[in-house]
Amino acid sequence: MTGAPAGFRTPLSRARGLGAAKHGVGHFIADRVSGLALIPLSIWAAYAGLKLAAGGYVLAVEWLARPLNAVLLSLFVVAGFTHLRLAMQVVIEDYVEGFVSKSSLLILNYLVCVLGAALGVFAILKVALPGVL
Amino acid sequence: MVQLALPKNSRVGKGRHYPAPAGAKRVKTFRIYRYDPEGSENPRWDTYDVDVGACGPMLLDVLIHIKNTVDPTLTFRRSCREGVCGSCAMNIGGRNTLACTHGWEDTPGREIQVSPLPSQPVVKDLVPDLTLFYAQYASIEPWLHTETPQPQTEWKQSIEDRAKLDGLYECILCACCSTSCPSYWWNGEKYLGPATLLHAYRWLIDSRDEAAGERLDALEDPFKLYRCHTIMNCAQVCPKGLNPAKAIAEIKKLMVERVV
Ligand code: SF4
Ligand code: SF4
Ligand code: FES
Repeated sequence: MTGAPAGFRTPLSRARGLGAAKHGVGHFIADRVSGLALIPLSIWAAYAGLKLAAGGYVLAVEWLARPLNAVLLSLFVVAGFTHLRLAMQVVIEDYVEGFVSKSSLLILNYLVCVLGAALGVFAILKVALPGVL
Repeated sequence: MVQLALPKNSRVGKGRHYPAPAGAKRVKTFRIYRYDPEGSENPRWDTYDVDVGACGPMLLDVLIHIKNTVDPTLTFRRSCREGVCGSCAMNIGGRNTLACTHGWEDTPGREIQVSPLPSQPVVKDLVPDLTLFYAQYASIEPWLHTETPQPQTEWKQSIEDRAKLDGLYECILCACCSTSCPSYWWNGEKYLGPATLLHAYRWLIDSRDEAAGERLDALEDPFKLYRCHTIMNCAQVCPKGLNPAKAIAEIKKLMVERVV
């Protein structure tokens, strides 16, 4: 009665599935911590964005060359992409079926977010450390 | 991708109409999901104009009235008719609840739609197949786990520790919560769902139980536990006023507590 794909497997065997993966709490903590970190960082970034929008290119370069600004902006980029990766992972796990499409998308999500964070931090350092990079 | 439309053979067509008897004083229309597993037809909506003046106050009274006087083929489950057995859970006016404790007058609109609990296979009419739901409940081993030799008398529990089970032990396993949870719709095979997790928590915090670690091990999984995204449908529909979402949040807290 409970759908053909299960065949003769018992209901308990279906319910147990492959057992618990024994991970998940790490994802949960990383999600909460990056989310919390993003609250002050986003407020700061929005404020900085407004301030920079009012000035010109030279002002923006000068602003980013200050160590505090460069560090905070890098943290904002890393925390943002970390949070994005964790959240997208949940969306993919929720809505995508099938081992191949699901794992491909999970890998793609990981690579895109790592690439985004790496490019962002590199761009910041390039402006902040003109003689070095 | 997740299925957003019903498969072709599950689409619900238009069914029969049963007019009210002559001389009926107060008429209300009930649009009821019908499915006959023995025929080859798709499910259908039958509409019944019921003389509600002749029925008791609850939706279950209306269903019994239809079955007794209008259409004996209408199939539904019920036993206690007082909200303790959980068998009459169904979707009434778009909301999962118990037919025996839900007054038909409490659903607004001229027409009340009644269908089986969502997302489960349908056995017949308003009867869903809850086999997997019950197996998931069994999978958390809902009984006391101990290794200490049985005491001569009972396992003792303080009044305070016993009070921690309030709001959990009252669950009647009606499945209203799990079948209202979008996470359970999309991943019902892997996500345990709110009802089972509420019971998992009930055993986790039982002061007499000695297997909290094993119980947490068996739950720590991206799907079994962490599919809950605190959407809160479960707490909204529970006919016993319980809050499975809170129990799930408590399990997640215990998971963190054991690593920090
Ligand atoms: S928690 Fe409430 S809705 Fe869920 S199965 Fe138990 S009684 Fe039913
Ligand atoms: S709170 Fe969790 S269990 Fe309850 S409906 Fe939402 S996702 Fe489902
Ligand atoms: S008949 Fe028992 S809960 Fe409704």
